[in-house]
Amino acid sequence: MDIIKAQDLSFDYIRRDEEGNVEGTTRAVNHVSLSVSQGDFVAILGHNGSGKSTFAKHLNAILMPTEGTVWVDGMDTREEAKIWDIRQEAGMVFQNPDNQIIGQVVEEDVGFGPENMGVPTKEIWERVEESLKAVGMYEYRKYSPNKLSGGQKQRVSIAGVLAMHPKCIVLDEPTAMLDPSGRREVIRAVRALNMVEHVTVILITHYMEEIIHADHVFVMDVGKVAMHGTPKEVFSRVEELKALRLGVPEVTQLAWELKQSGVNLPEGILTVEELTEALLQCRG
Amino acid sequence: MLRDITLGQYYQTDSVIHRLDPRVKLVGTLLFIISLFVVNQFPVYLVVLVFLGSVIALSHVPLGFMLRGMKAIAFLLILAFVCNLFLTPGDILVSFWKLRITKQGLSTAVFMAIRLSLLIVGSSLMTLTTTPNHLTDGLEKLLNPLKKIRVPVHEISMMMSIALRFIPILLEETDKIMKAQMARGADFDTGNLIQKAKALIPLLVPLFISAFRRANDLAMAMEARCYRGGDGRTKMKPLKYEKRDFAAYGLLLFYMAACAGVNILSAHLPGILSWHLG
Repeated sequence: MDIIKAQDLSFDYIRRDEEGNVEGTTRAVNHVSLSVSQGDFVAILGHNGSGKSTFAKHLNAILMPTEGTVWVDGMDTREEAKIWDIRQEAGMVFQNPDNQIIGQVVEEDVGFGPENMGVPTKEIWERVEESLKAVGMYEYRKYSPNKLSGGQKQRVSIAGVLAMHPKCIVLDEPTAMLDPSGRREVIRAVRALNMVEHVTVILITHYMEEIIHADHVFVMDVGKVAMHGTPKEVFSRVEELKALRLGVPEVTQLAWELKQSGVNLPEGILTVEELTEALLQCRG
Repeated sequence: MLRDITLGQYYQTDSVIHRLDPRVKLVGTLLFIISLFVVNQFPVYLVVLVFLGSVIALSHVPLGFMLRGMKAIAFLLILAFVCNLFLTPGDILVSFWKLRITKQGLSTAVFMAIRLSLLIVGSSLMTLTTTPNHLTDGLEKLLNPLKKIRVPVHEISMMMSIALRFIPILLEETDKIMKAQMARGADFDTGNLIQKAKALIPLLVPLFISAFRRANDLAMAMEARCYRGGDGRTKMKPLKYEKRDFAAYGLLLFYMAACAGVNILSAHLPGILSWHLG
């Protein structure tokens, strides 16, 4: 069954002048339809202003569609009564790690979601422990979030969502403010959640390297889904990606250029290993 | 300089003071402050010092860490001391030029300085040994009866806990903006008071903008994690009095009694021991 389903979704931001009168609207998401199956790792790719974050905020009922409908696990996000169930089932991790940690101690922050849901005290502790272990932050449970690195803070945020036992986690550019090692750390944790705990992951990003392990990739541009497919399919369309102002991973770029100049390589090479393999086969 | 303010900063360690119920610590701090300002006999401060010293020793917070908070308010302390010293009328002790130090002035100044420094150390001890969440939990519990007269107790405590959490972040940000503006030639140190105040504008405007942006992000993150006010919320760390908390209440009572006792006693004693206020 589809855990997330968007049907013909559109969203307009309303622009206002200084007195608060409506000046006009900006369409951020434009007739998007997509669906995500339970247990999938889905990446949504796009450069700034492509509407990917606006789309993400619909999955958690933070924004309501101007047109169209979004269903989370069969629940229409417009249904006022279901809003807290939706937010529990589709957890959300945001970009800035400092602005989403509420607790002064790591474990208190992870417990914030379950507390809000009214989970009994004993179970909160179990959930906090298991979520912190799942992202590898259990040793830091007594730390102040201010003492952690960006990557560690983001892992705490992920644990905070995980403790609510969501079916699906939406990560809205979780690595945009991190250094490369922090980025790897977070992506590794996210992949582990998807593979070990079978949580559906929707990763919104503009870093190409982060999506090569995804099951499906949606590329967004000016509010529309411009391309979609497996990472292999998407990355074999290098020229189209470039037209959308998105770079491809260096290996893919290299493979593509080799292919352009006549080397016989398969389409959509994503990792160094794949390229070495393919090149060896060429020689032999 | 901005990092020196320890107020609202939690010091991570494990001690019996850290484990105390926040309600005990809140009531204790309140009683401690009352004791500082009600007492008017100098010898009582020995009792206060012994009490505060033993609590600090029990808390395992390094003394240096605690005194750092004092540095930030050193100016205020000196100002209060000097004002009291020179401006209190009474029996003249020393006088030169237009300034005169009176006996009353001296004793008021000394008392004020002692009270203020003990106040700062005492209250930062509370915030150093209690996580803000814990602290506001305690406050919420203590003020709970006010809910009946529609005081939004939960909302107030949540606001306080968030404010406390963001103090270090905003301080760091202030530091960053200050350096950024200094790199662009801003001058925060010279000029008269008005010029200095004006120089703060390029610091405050970006700081406020970023604080609002953070508030917006945080509100969204809280809603995304199902926050909907205090109703139906459970606690990860519910407050429950333990044996040690009752013992602490007992010790507090004993401390107050000791303060009162020594105060009364030294009021009736002659000589050096009867140095008192006013």
